[in-house]
Amino acid sequence: MPFEALVAGCLAYVALMFGVAFAADRAAAQGRVRWLDHPAVYTLSLSVYCSAWTFYGAVGYASRSGLEFATIYLGPTVVFTGAWWGLRRLVRVARMHHVTSIADLISARFGKSNRLAAFVTLIAVIAATPYVALQLQSVSLSFDVFATDSLTDIPLAGGGGTALWVAGGLALFTILFGTRNLAADERHHGVVTAIALEAIVKLMAFLALGVFVVWGLAHGPADMLARIAERAGDPGWVLKPDRWTALLFVSGAAVVVLPRMFQVLVVEAADEDRLSVAGWAFPAYLFAMSLFVLPIAVMGQELLPPDANPDLYVLTLPAQSGQNWLAFLVFLGGFSAATSMVVVCTIALATMISNHWLMPLWLMLRRKSQGDDPEDLRGFVLNARRLAILAVMAVSWLYYQATGGTTALAAMGLVAFTGMAQVLPAMIGGLLWRGANRRGAFGGVGLGFALWLATIFLPSVGIGSPLPVPPGVDPLAFAIFLSLAVNTLAFIGLSIFGMPDPVERLQGLSFVSAVDPIRHSRVARGSDQVEPLLVMARRVWGSEDALHFFQSEAAFQGKSGYLPDLTPRFLTRLERRLAGSIGAATAHAMIDSVAGGSELTVSDLMQVATEAQRAKEEAQRLENATTELARTARQLQEANDKLTALSVQKDAFLGQISHELRTPMTSVRAFSEILRTPDLSDADRDRFAKIIYDEAGRLTRLLDDLLDLSVLESGQAQLSITPANLHDLIERALSAASATRPERVFRVEREPLAEYVGIITDADRLLQVLINVITNARKYCDAEPPVLSIRVRRTLRGGAQIDIIDNGSGIETARQSLIFEKFSRLNDPARAGGAGLGLAICKEIMANLGGEITYLPGHGGAAFRILLPRRPPVPVNAGLRRA
Amino acid sequence: MLDILMIEDEPNIAEAVRFILTREGWQVELHSDGLGGIEAIRGAKPRLVILDVMLPHRSGTEILAELRGDHDASLAATPVLMLTARGQASLHLPQADAVLAKPFANDDLRAMVRRMLN
Repeated sequence: MPFEALVAGCLAYVALMFGVAFAADRAAAQGRVRWLDHPAVYTLSLSVYCSAWTFYGAVGYASRSGLEFATIYLGPTVVFTGAWWGLRRLVRVARMHHVTSIADLISARFGKSNRLAAFVTLIAVIAATPYVALQLQSVSLSFDVFATDSLTDIPLAGGGGTALWVAGGLALFTILFGTRNLAADERHHGVVTAIALEAIVKLMAFLALGVFVVWGLAHGPADMLARIAERAGDPGWVLKPDRWTALLFVSGAAVVVLPRMFQVLVVEAADEDRLSVAGWAFPAYLFAMSLFVLPIAVMGQELLPPDANPDLYVLTLPAQSGQNWLAFLVFLGGFSAATSMVVVCTIALATMISNHWLMPLWLMLRRKSQGDDPEDLRGFVLNARRLAILAVMAVSWLYYQATGGTTALAAMGLVAFTGMAQVLPAMIGGLLWRGANRRGAFGGVGLGFALWLATIFLPSVGIGSPLPVPPGVDPLAFAIFLSLAVNTLAFIGLSIFGMPDPVERLQGLSFVSAVDPIRHSRVARGSDQVEPLLVMARRVWGSEDALHFFQSEAAFQGKSGYLPDLTPRFLTRLERRLAGSIGAATAHAMIDSVAGGSELTVSDLMQVATEAQRAKEEAQRLENATTELARTARQLQEANDKLTALSVQKDAFLGQISHELRTPMTSVRAFSEILRTPDLSDADRDRFAKIIYDEAGRLTRLLDDLLDLSVLESGQAQLSITPANLHDLIERALSAASATRPERVFRVEREPLAEYVGIITDADRLLQVLINVITNARKYCDAEPPVLSIRVRRTLRGGAQIDIIDNGSGIETARQSLIFEKFSRLNDPARAGGAGLGLAICKEIMANLGGEITYLPGHGGAAFRILLPRRPPVPVNAGLRRA
Repeated sequence: MLDILMIEDEPNIAEAVRFILTREGWQVELHSDGLGGIEAIRGAKPRLVILDVMLPHRSGTEILAELRGDHDASLAATPVLMLTARGQASLHLPQADAVLAKPFANDDLRAMVRRMLN
């Protein structure tokens, strides 16, 4: 295949990836995330686990060590099938805490310590950078295969040159789609979708090659198996249990803790439910990827020269067989494996570096200079990520250039696995054990990392020497065991002997107690446990509702009666219904304590306590509402009492009116009958006629007063507001009142000058009040000689105060409060002729004028004070009435 | 022996009643205040008492109750005619022998008094 065609095809493929990523990002931005969030996309994105090291290296591994390569696939398979619940929990906790990387997770769990995060980032960078370099190398090598095999005379850029192009292109892709924006959930739809597509290419390429090898080069499966069986005796192919155990463990850990794996498995997961598909689909993918590894390795050994690099069998086999298109497809598969790994790994590393190294540094430097600006921060984070991506890529390329040789890099996959595995004890412990603390995490991870550096990493790059091991024991397995054992022991020991700080304790509780909302773990039991549940449900909902619910659940299970089986579905539905009434945690705890048989944990209790607290607050709120209600009720009661009193008053008033009307009418009627008596003397006739006349006048006055009062009380009184002079008004009032008991001559004491007070009021109404008060004085003042004193003062606000005081015996204290009431004169022995409405009318008039009339006790005689504003307030409806 | 003792605070009504009953030949004594009313009744021992319900200082019903509780059995049994201006509602006065609402027809007053005196 021409090298130009290869390059062109490769570029076209890259363009396709850019297009897919771009389209997915756009769809996500427009909110069309349905297909992006499909579990299949998620599952395929997990295949970033199969890097170039796996794609090319697995065959090389198999040709050297036989079946041992399978551990790389078996470890993740065991984790995904066996520790499926653990992964769900990990994803749930991580989503709950908005975790952005493995370093962030560890830091969040252990008191949000950034030093811990920075340290984990360091491990990730040290472990992953050579691994990225390995990918660059694999791409470079695969190019070389084509270049050397077909067009040796082309002046090809050296291997380093190809790698540089690849690194640059990948950096561009990663920056474009990895740092487009700063989504809160740190998800990258474009990248993930492109990777999912690459996963398909990867798998197709490998399966196509496998089919070609088994049916094209060998003669079908039977022949293939026979060829494999021949190899079983090879010294390298002997199974080493110690290595198997170590490798299974390390690869199982790697599928979770490797930065790129954590990125796709946890950070990019929409929610934990993705795992229900990925739980079986990802192992299936791995199985498909591993199916033809051994056949390819065996056929490569048989058909290719002994000095051919087994790591490149997948390319050289089809190329040597003239299958150029197949070779190209395989090349694209390997290219996909390498690029997807590099892109995701770089994003993960860049996130960690910017979040845990650059940001704290920037914040520290910045605090000294200026204030905070969110936009500024955002810009910084994005730039820090871009810078980190470039740096990771550059360092990887430099690493590749510096180490150069293939042998140093070949083992990098496993080395990286074991390095990151050092985080595992802290992670698992943090998720499962509330007692785990930061000192333990630091100590464990630190010691493990140091041991890994000394015994695995440095020897792998040619510095220092491998650990001296007991004879017969595999050095790698021993180093893995040693580092992880020391790590775990230190973690547990330091955690036990250290006290977690409050933040840590809180985070620990949150991590450890993330309760699965749906209990799949509940096992179906017999119906002997249902009865207590029914009793409990009755207590919560009442008998009828509970029976109805249980009956319908039993009917759903095809049972008659009201006792359904304890199926998970029933328990879940019961818990949900109960949660609606008593809160989720309480419902959960109640069902568990009754049916589950499991004990209440501290965190359950804490959640119950939280709900109890909430219930208490609710009760408090209710109590407040009740108090409020009681107050309203009391106010209503008071209003009702007032109304009743008003009604009683009204009845009394009507009774009084009746009395006041009937009394003069009785005289009128009786005397008009008497007048018809034939033998009346003229004197009697005249006297009786006068009585009739007077009593009729009294009736008229009463009716006038009643009408006046009702108009004044209703606020409908027509006021004629004009300027008035108090001196004139008092003069007229005195003159008018003199008609009452004209025989009594009053000495009137006045201060004429003070009376010249101009005021704006209804002069006629004010005159009515003055006449009434003065007339009362003339009627009731029993002093001899009678003296009436009238004093006028200007008030501070420009109004007037008129005191009218006589020198009589005044009004007894007990009656002072009653004199302004209607008909208060009724039981008055003096019976001065009126109906007893005079002062009540005065009071209403003064209210209408915006002033008041009060009784002034302590003046010896009767004393009234009239207060007037400078002008009366304008009633709202005054204008309307006038209009 | 006094025929009729009347306690009424409205002078015009009192005069009308006295005029009407005197012309029938009965002897009528007037009082205008509730306070001295019971003493007057004890002193005069009239054959009939006419009481206004609403009186200053002491209401007619109070005087009636006191009269009915008197230890002089014959005095306590004196027939009492109550006059009321409170309308039909106050006509139910169990201790009174008769109640007359104001305003009244003179004939009714005469007939009622005649019946009570005979």
